[in-house]
Amino acid sequence: MLIYALKRLGLAVLVAVVVSALAFLLLRASGDVAIALAGEGARSEDIENIRRIYGLDRPLVVQYLDWAAKMARGDFGTSLFFKTDVHALVLDKLPTTALLALFSLIFALAVSLPLGILAALYPNSWIDRLCLALAVIGQALPSFFFALILMIVFAVMLRWLPVSGSNSWAHFVLPTVVLGYYIAPAIMRLVRAGMIEVLASDYVRTARAKGLSSSSVVLKHALRNALVPVVALAAVQLGFLLGGSVVIETVFALDGLGYLAYQSITHKDLPVTQAIVTLLSLIYVGLTLAADLANAWLDPRIRVGSGT
Amino acid sequence: MAVLLEVEGLTVDIATARGTLHAVRDVSFSLQSGETLCLVGESGCGKSMTALALMGLLPRAAQRSARRMRFEGNDLAALPERRLAELRGARMAMVFQEPMTALNPAYTIGDQLTEVHRRHKDSTMAVARERAVALLEMVGITNAAARLGQYPHQLSGGLRQRIMIAMSLMCGPSLLIADEPTTALDVTIQAQILRLLVELQRDLGIAIVLITHDLGVVARVAHRVAVMYAGEIVESASAADLFAAPRHPYTRGLMASIPVPGATRPGDRLGVIRGIVPSLIGDVGGCAFRDRCDFAQPVCARTVPVRSDGGHDWRCILGEAVAA
Amino acid sequence: MTDVAAIPVLDLTAASSGALLRRRILAHRGLLIGTGLLTFIVMVALFAPLIAPHDPYAQDLSRRMIPPVWYEKGNWAHLFGTDNLGRDYLSRVLYGSQISLLIGAAVMVISGLIGTALGLAAGFFGGRVDMIVTFIITVRLALPLILVALAVVATVGGSLWVVILVLGLLKWDRFAVVMRAATQQVRVLDYVAAAEAAGASTLRVIVGEVLPNVLPQLVVVATVEAASAILLEATLSFLGLGVQPPLPSWGLMIAEAKTYMFFSFWLIAIPGTALAILVFAVNMVGDGIRDVSAPGGRG
Repeated sequence: MLIYALKRLGLAVLVAVVVSALAFLLLRASGDVAIALAGEGARSEDIENIRRIYGLDRPLVVQYLDWAAKMARGDFGTSLFFKTDVHALVLDKLPTTALLALFSLIFALAVSLPLGILAALYPNSWIDRLCLALAVIGQALPSFFFALILMIVFAVMLRWLPVSGSNSWAHFVLPTVVLGYYIAPAIMRLVRAGMIEVLASDYVRTARAKGLSSSSVVLKHALRNALVPVVALAAVQLGFLLGGSVVIETVFALDGLGYLAYQSITHKDLPVTQAIVTLLSLIYVGLTLAADLANAWLDPRIRVGSGT
Repeated sequence: MAVLLEVEGLTVDIATARGTLHAVRDVSFSLQSGETLCLVGESGCGKSMTALALMGLLPRAAQRSARRMRFEGNDLAALPERRLAELRGARMAMVFQEPMTALNPAYTIGDQLTEVHRRHKDSTMAVARERAVALLEMVGITNAAARLGQYPHQLSGGLRQRIMIAMSLMCGPSLLIADEPTTALDVTIQAQILRLLVELQRDLGIAIVLITHDLGVVARVAHRVAVMYAGEIVESASAADLFAAPRHPYTRGLMASIPVPGATRPGDRLGVIRGIVPSLIGDVGGCAFRDRCDFAQPVCARTVPVRSDGGHDWRCILGEAVAA
Repeated sequence: MTDVAAIPVLDLTAASSGALLRRRILAHRGLLIGTGLLTFIVMVALFAPLIAPHDPYAQDLSRRMIPPVWYEKGNWAHLFGTDNLGRDYLSRVLYGSQISLLIGAAVMVISGLIGTALGLAAGFFGGRVDMIVTFIITVRLALPLILVALAVVATVGGSLWVVILVLGLLKWDRFAVVMRAATQQVRVLDYVAAAEAAGASTLRVIVGEVLPNVLPQLVVVATVEAASAILLEATLSFLGLGVQPPLPSWGLMIAEAKTYMFFSFWLIAIPGTALAILVFAVNMVGDGIRDVSAPGGRG
């Protein structure tokens, strides 16, 4: 198990390095940054000035190494728009997004797991069809549209929840529901498919033949094995949530990383955008590594090895 | 010896896209405690379905009905699922064909052995573990205490099947149903497992229903034999009687297709039963074997008499053994 | 253990595989509904110039914010009402279908070509090629797609073609993953070995033997990606970094209507529902094809 873990770690590091370089390149290369920074109607000498000030006239590789070295020291530069330290800015907004992502994942799991299990236990029943309908709607409804609808119904018509902002727990409810509903269908389908497969397995038949209670059969014997791919998916979804929350945060004016990313992008605030993209990528790499290791640990064949 | 299990008129129908599949048709047999009954037949004859029907483990699409299904005084057909689950694993246990997939890969052997004891006997972990170790030793597994901590993937097929047998005996059942327990194992291991079953029966007094397609296995362990074909029991007798004087043409065909050590010479032709098993979907009337039988008469398409001769029963128009 | 499916049953009336497939397709309601809806939307897009009652770009400030015909103040000249610039909403919705369909199809094709090529190569050649491709996929997956797309569009400037290119060049990961797995499965089958033994060139083996057999999975992934692309464009346009006004992209229409949505709910409801219906149809088709080509039931 240890060797496996080390190998995965090494790979993760390599991916992280390449991703950061790629993020850097993509953002620099998608247009002349100096022009974007100078704004409309800038004179060519202004653009040249900017180019020199920001070191944009050096070779890309040098720029990247410089940036990477600074990043390793925790120096992400200064925000062009907010005029503050990027490092501090990002750290300030990160908890909000992290909380949102976590809540959304928990909400999605809380909905998908029971429904997926029930759908697998009673295939083609009304509950199965209900789950399918929910999944289909969830996958077809644009998230921002759903967000607006919920906003109208719950915040304006019923006045149960605040419309936007991020000052209290109540502000997280609608965004959590929207994001959770967005990722739930994939999880539910996976749980359902996995459970159906596992419930038909020989070892579940053995468990039944032993006269074990149905909760023991379903939860202890079946679910344990069906969950393995779900763990991997959950980690991926979490990573996606961190990056994909930009729309929801913007709609609800939730002051998190996604909203910050949107603002920095629309204001051409390159240092901030770069920092966020890199940070999210690294988090994603870390999450998939964790999921990988969790998966390996869950499988006794890898955890224990083939022993005696 | 008391009658432990009594089955009369067991029928299993399965709804399929093409119609109703009559997997088990009017099957009747009984079992004394301490006795071994072998259900013999080829793949698809309904022997496994019969076993599953007894245990109440049929797939959802299957419908079971029986005139009688009594086990230790319980009416199996009328029991609600919860009561049935209390019997399963405790009074009647089952061992399946494929040991490689019958154990849960995520839990240790010890966990899977003890859970059935704790479930039915409400015992503590310590007591359950003790019993598990005792049973592992009884089935011939060395180093039993250490085995409890191992995972299924660390063990060979023969070991796993022994563990399955030990697991089935954890609560001291009076009936063990073994569905082709040796088919997936090497020949040498097969012999060991069969010998083990015979010993366990002798020491524990359990009754065994052993399902197999292999007449060699039957010869080794059976007290009584029931031959199944196309969902029906076509012949049933004591093992001795069956081998000495098979009455049903199908049984005789089976026997003729096995080489006999010492008698069959190289170059001899083995017997072959021509034709194939008929479809069991839709209406199935008369004798299911008639299209393959050399002695078929027009009446075989309508009704088939059940003949009896001192504990030896068979479904055929033929009376005494007829010269082939 | 007797598997019911393994019980030997001789059915002399077994239909040919073509007829069997046709029967399965006709029996699958989801597939039929999805295909029907999708065909309808495609027809709408193709014939929009003929069907649309008004010019989708024609503004008429004297006729702003007229509600749809089923409201009290609605009128039959504008079935879906008008927006804040007096443009006929029905016409805009109809023309909007062209944008969504075009995006869906174009992105699907571009990302499909890239992803399938990568996946086929990885699955077929294995070894180092597989390692490299898997690494590339992992790196691509680590990048937050939406943010990168937003950033690129922001720098380059938003337009229909920019969106198509950006999404097409970024969204190939799922194609690659699925095609890789599918190719690995097919790779080891006998007829592939037979073709190679007969001296067929590698390209011929891949195109002639492997590709036809991974086609069903490819089609399923393609529908999923098309649906995803449609939603992504809508999202980008909603955020102002996708298709630019005055194009009637449904996502953009929702963005433009946001300020008025509390009083004129239909302004967001209609394009939003249109998006949902289109994506629903595409997903139904994908699910249906998956079910029909892989016997074993749903899921």
